[in-house]
Amino acid sequence: MNMSKPNSLRNGPDEEGRFGIFGGRFVAETLMPLIGELSDAYAAAKIDPAYIKELDDLNTHYTGRPSPLYFAERMSEHLKGAKIFFKREELNHTGSHKLNNGLGQILLAKRMGKTRIIAETGAGQHGVATATVCARFGLPCVVYMGATDVERQAPNVFRMKLLGAEIVPVTAGAGTLKDAMNEALRDWVANVDDTYYLIGTAAGPHPYPAMVRDFQSIIGAELREQFAQKEGGTPDALVACIGGGSNAIGLFHEFLDDPDVKMYGAEAGGHGIDVENGHAASMTGGRPGVLHGNRTYLLQDDDGQILEGHSISAGLDYPGVGPEHSFLKDSGRVTYVPITDNEALEAFQLCAKLEGILPALESAHGLAEVIKLAPTMDKDQTIVLCLSGRGDKDVDTVGKHLGVKF
Amino acid sequence: MTSERIAKRFAACAEQRRPALVTFITAGDPDLATGQAILDGLPAAGADLIELGMPFSDPMADGVAIQLGGQRALADGHTLKTTLGMVKNFRKNDADTPIVLMGYYNPLYSYGAEKFLSDAKEAGVDGLIIVDLPFEEDEELCIPALKAGLNFIRLTTPTTHDARLKLVLQNTSGFVYYVSMTGVTGAAISNYKAVGEAVTRIKAQTDLPVAVGFGIKTAEDAALIGRDADGVVVGTALVNAVATSLVEGKASATTIGAVHDLVASLAEGVRRARA
Ligand SMILES: Cc1ncc(COP(=O)(O)O)c(C=O)c1O
Repeated sequence: MNMSKPNSLRNGPDEEGRFGIFGGRFVAETLMPLIGELSDAYAAAKIDPAYIKELDDLNTHYTGRPSPLYFAERMSEHLKGAKIFFKREELNHTGSHKLNNGLGQILLAKRMGKTRIIAETGAGQHGVATATVCARFGLPCVVYMGATDVERQAPNVFRMKLLGAEIVPVTAGAGTLKDAMNEALRDWVANVDDTYYLIGTAAGPHPYPAMVRDFQSIIGAELREQFAQKEGGTPDALVACIGGGSNAIGLFHEFLDDPDVKMYGAEAGGHGIDVENGHAASMTGGRPGVLHGNRTYLLQDDDGQILEGHSISAGLDYPGVGPEHSFLKDSGRVTYVPITDNEALEAFQLCAKLEGILPALESAHGLAEVIKLAPTMDKDQTIVLCLSGRGDKDVDTVGKHLGVKF
Repeated sequence: MTSERIAKRFAACAEQRRPALVTFITAGDPDLATGQAILDGLPAAGADLIELGMPFSDPMADGVAIQLGGQRALADGHTLKTTLGMVKNFRKNDADTPIVLMGYYNPLYSYGAEKFLSDAKEAGVDGLIIVDLPFEEDEELCIPALKAGLNFIRLTTPTTHDARLKLVLQNTSGFVYYVSMTGVTGAAISNYKAVGEAVTRIKAQTDLPVAVGFGIKTAEDAALIGRDADGVVVGTALVNAVATSLVEGKASATTIGAVHDLVASLAEGVRRARA
């Protein structure tokens, strides 16, 4: 939505939906006309004052934006380095950044006259956000969720049902996020007339990566203002976890052309990056390929078959990543690092004890990177973590890993 | 030089005043030896053209039957290289039956597009159908394939409106594949009349043969669709024939015969389509 400058990193995607070599529209012919329609509808909506106002109002009064910028004082003291701030997306209604995108897209679906909403979900946070906006606007909602994830995110499954959504467990493959996305795409192909596919991250065919980024960019835009007021200037470093990459691109995009702001994306390092199929760090441990409508870094075997990946966090174990991140990796603008399950678990516990905040296991990956980074920085420097979600949904999982019997 | 086997075969069927029977099987399903025997016997059973599915971990446009077929092959260690090997073996005894490889882009991209095209040509492949490469991405593989002498067969669907159809047809060669419905492979056709009308609409814009696929399962379906279409494609029903013949997940004595018997019955169906 920004004005393009010639050497800006914020100009992507081009007309074909490319960020450099990444992105594009690799989908079956049946869906191509729909994706074209969506592109047109979004292009019209994002400059329509009525649409912008309705979304602003909902962000303020329904989600509770702006989300606070919080100085994590005890965490900063403990790490003896940079001052650490949390951009508190976990305080949003429904408990994560996912609602920013859900609201933007549901208003678009309504404008397009769609009467049925489908979505995929991993951790269930996007499923909950989608079920929520569907309840709010009175639209039927079908959420595809890998059978494995249905099990490990039981509280969110029940939440979605309370909100009136139908949950379809997907048993194909390992029953995680990528399988849920395949199934959602199959549903869309079969229900082209009335159905809107509400993708939950900045991935998929063009225009989704750019559109979801735009809806999440409110995170970075608010931060610029809040930070200038609180501390003056811009942060020295930004950190976010990377599943498909929507909270991260939402944080980063605003600052891509600010060369003094360093950026770090925390990928799911699982059992360790050297363990084959034991992690979900697609940029650190994968190579470019084509899946789910776009070219991007993917976890794949020698034959180009997609691997399932692994992460303790259901929201991060996706074998791909949004195409804009692949572009930002290759351009060197953002540093992407793997964080293991154990590092995330430790960060989760530390945050609980020092700040009285349970972060989502996804966000705990970002926090683990902050824990590594802060001590290497000066006391007058600053780091902002996108605290993308709250950890209530993960208490069971964390307990199990720590050997607690409920 | 682009392969002429496809054009010749459609012409031969047209001369017999009947649609061509296009049979889809998944390469290496349920195992390499059985898959090869199924493939080798298809022409004798009555197949006019062969679509050989390249197994992929994430077949987004396929229903459960073909998903499972691909999973069986992959579990048996099948790769894109073994698919090309199957074609090479087939060509030792059959120089005339066209073979079209069908699948998704990533395994080809991973193999290296140029290397894949030259290896496929050398193995005796006549054309490609790549589900997730719409004409918007023609530079990726379609244009290089045409240059390498392979046909690039495009899918058109009920959502392909007239303005798009022109562009879809632009770089299409071999034949046009009309997807009978909005849905994944294995679903049922609900409106036969609409399919016939769509075929007529496409034929008005191209001289290429038009084959119809998705949802054709029986000799009766083949006869009905084959009234208007130049070819009928059957896939899910054949992959299901493999599936139901398995004993404890492995090929049984009836596996190969089950597929060939169904092909024979479909071949009979296309022969009475316009009788
Ligand atoms: C709290 C939270 N953070 C992060 C993610 C990862 O998604 P993304 O990378 O798109 O922000 C999820 C996904 O479910 C999530 O629930």
